Amino acid sequence: MEQKNNTLLIYTLLYFAFLYVPVLFLPLFSFNDGNYMSFPLTGFTTEHYEEMWSKSNLHNALWASIKVGVVASTVSTTIALFAAKAFARYKFRGQNISYGAIMMPFLIPEIILAVSLLIIWLALGFKLGLVPVTLGHILFCTPFAMLILIARIEGFDFSLEEASRDLGENAWGTFFRVSLPLYLPGIIASLLLSFIISFDEFVLAFFLTGSDATLPMYMWAQMRFVQKLPHVLALGAVIIVFTTLIVLLAFWLRNLGQGKKKAEFGINIHE
Amino acid sequence: MLKALKSIYARSEPAKAYSLLSPALILVILVMLIPLTLMLSFSFFTQTSFTEINYSFTVQRYIDFFQKNLLVSLLIKSIKISFLVTLITLLTAYPVCYYIAFYVKKNKMLWLVLLTLPFWTSYLLRVFSWKIILGTKGVINSSLINVGLLNEPLTFLMYSETAVIITLTHAWAAFALLPLYVSLDKIDFSLIEAGRDLGLSRFEVFWKITLPLSLPGIIGAILIIFIPTVGDYVTPALLGGTDGRMLSNMIQGYFGKINNIPLGAASATIMLFTVAIVTIAVSYSTKKLSQRMS
Repeated sequence: MEQKNNTLLIYTLLYFAFLYVPVLFLPLFSFNDGNYMSFPLTGFTTEHYEEMWSKSNLHNALWASIKVGVVASTVSTTIALFAAKAFARYKFRGQNISYGAIMMPFLIPEIILAVSLLIIWLALGFKLGLVPVTLGHILFCTPFAMLILIARIEGFDFSLEEASRDLGENAWGTFFRVSLPLYLPGIIASLLLSFIISFDEFVLAFFLTGSDATLPMYMWAQMRFVQKLPHVLALGAVIIVFTTLIVLLAFWLRNLGQGKKKAEFGINIHE
Repeated sequence: MLKALKSIYARSEPAKAYSLLSPALILVILVMLIPLTLMLSFSFFTQTSFTEINYSFTVQRYIDFFQKNLLVSLLIKSIKISFLVTLITLLTAYPVCYYIAFYVKKNKMLWLVLLTLPFWTSYLLRVFSWKIILGTKGVINSSLINVGLLNEPLTFLMYSETAVIITLTHAWAAFALLPLYVSLDKIDFSLIEAGRDLGLSRFEVFWKITLPLSLPGIIGAILIIFIPTVGDYVTPALLGGTDGRMLSNMIQGYFGKINNIPLGAASATIMLFTVAIVTIAVSYSTKKLSQRMS
């Protein structure tokens, strides 16, 4: 460990300010009584929040995002759980290629995934809507979910499962009574974080939703009109608070019962 | 017979592994590989009218791409912007990760949570917040006018390449911080101490020990920023104006208003190849570099 270094500390704090301050302008101006987001602040008001709540389009978009997010996070966490188990438990030929293939959506610009899904969806003659968006989100969330779950399952004592089998439980019984309770914090963390990724995702939704807007699409459509901006600020502030709470909960769950095992936050890219 | 098969399965680790992997692999094949292959085929077709496409093979779209000065210049601009964003992010984020890895003793956990938190908040909102800051009536202009330093708002802040670079640097920073921190945190500090005891200067220790050992994190950070920024759509669309437009905005146009799906597919394919070449080049050159250093 190094001794103190105040220059570096000050630099680090400034960098944190650079990360956080821009985003904090959203909640700040959401309470400002005025149409422009400029200084000086003119007065305190909650009317933007009331206005936000009165928009029925927003309610529809919120509901669409929740539906997509719940399905995408459940399906991708399930798929990722199996895959994570395969990588954590077995050594097999083609391991690296399979791992690379599942991580691929992470290494391709999102716009390309979106465009290719758009082409196949239209070529098949299907209607654009929430279904292709959900498929895209499942593809996009699975690598994230797998990284979170591998971190949880790695170091898991698989002899517990073997003991359960030896004592006469079948495969399902072993899974539900032994493995699942032990994986559970990781699974919930993966569900929550996948939900957040899907809930905030814009590019895939932009190309694939057609007329059923998700919440980010709704915000995008409003951002062009200056007079509509204040209620987008209010919505943005609510989303930021809500996301932060869910992510903190997921972090806490991820490290639950990890004991001294080093907790790595967020995504750890395998070298 | 069935029993025999079952017992072979029970003893075969690859068979078990692949049956666990099959849902994920099927997902990747159906939702990514097949669509990408189809996109590649569409880049060899021709849009004949607003709704009709001629499916005979031609490389004309690629010729079109390289003959259109606009597209080539947008591709170059996308690469240039991405490159600058990657470089700025690496240089500014590295000291932060270094500080947390080597100086922070208490509550390291808290620092890490704070480091990763912005990564999870809505990308669209992170970009939007810069519109509030850089706009003609935004935070910077209104503050400077209030204080009396300016009479007219600075117009170059918004709708420019600079705006795009600043915003992307902020929006993707959290991505770079993670791999950098993880690789620095893995370094055994006694190696650094040993270097100092052997009389190396602080600079030499950094150049010969710390930097080479953190190379995996640097590669990770480069790829993880370059790949999404080169194809970024939101930031140039919201803050770029005409000066800060990137290739993605044109691709969106070909699938939207302009309606030339084959040319859009060809542009996307060219972008994909750019990403692949950069990925291979970065991985290869760092491998060479680390061999020479060790």
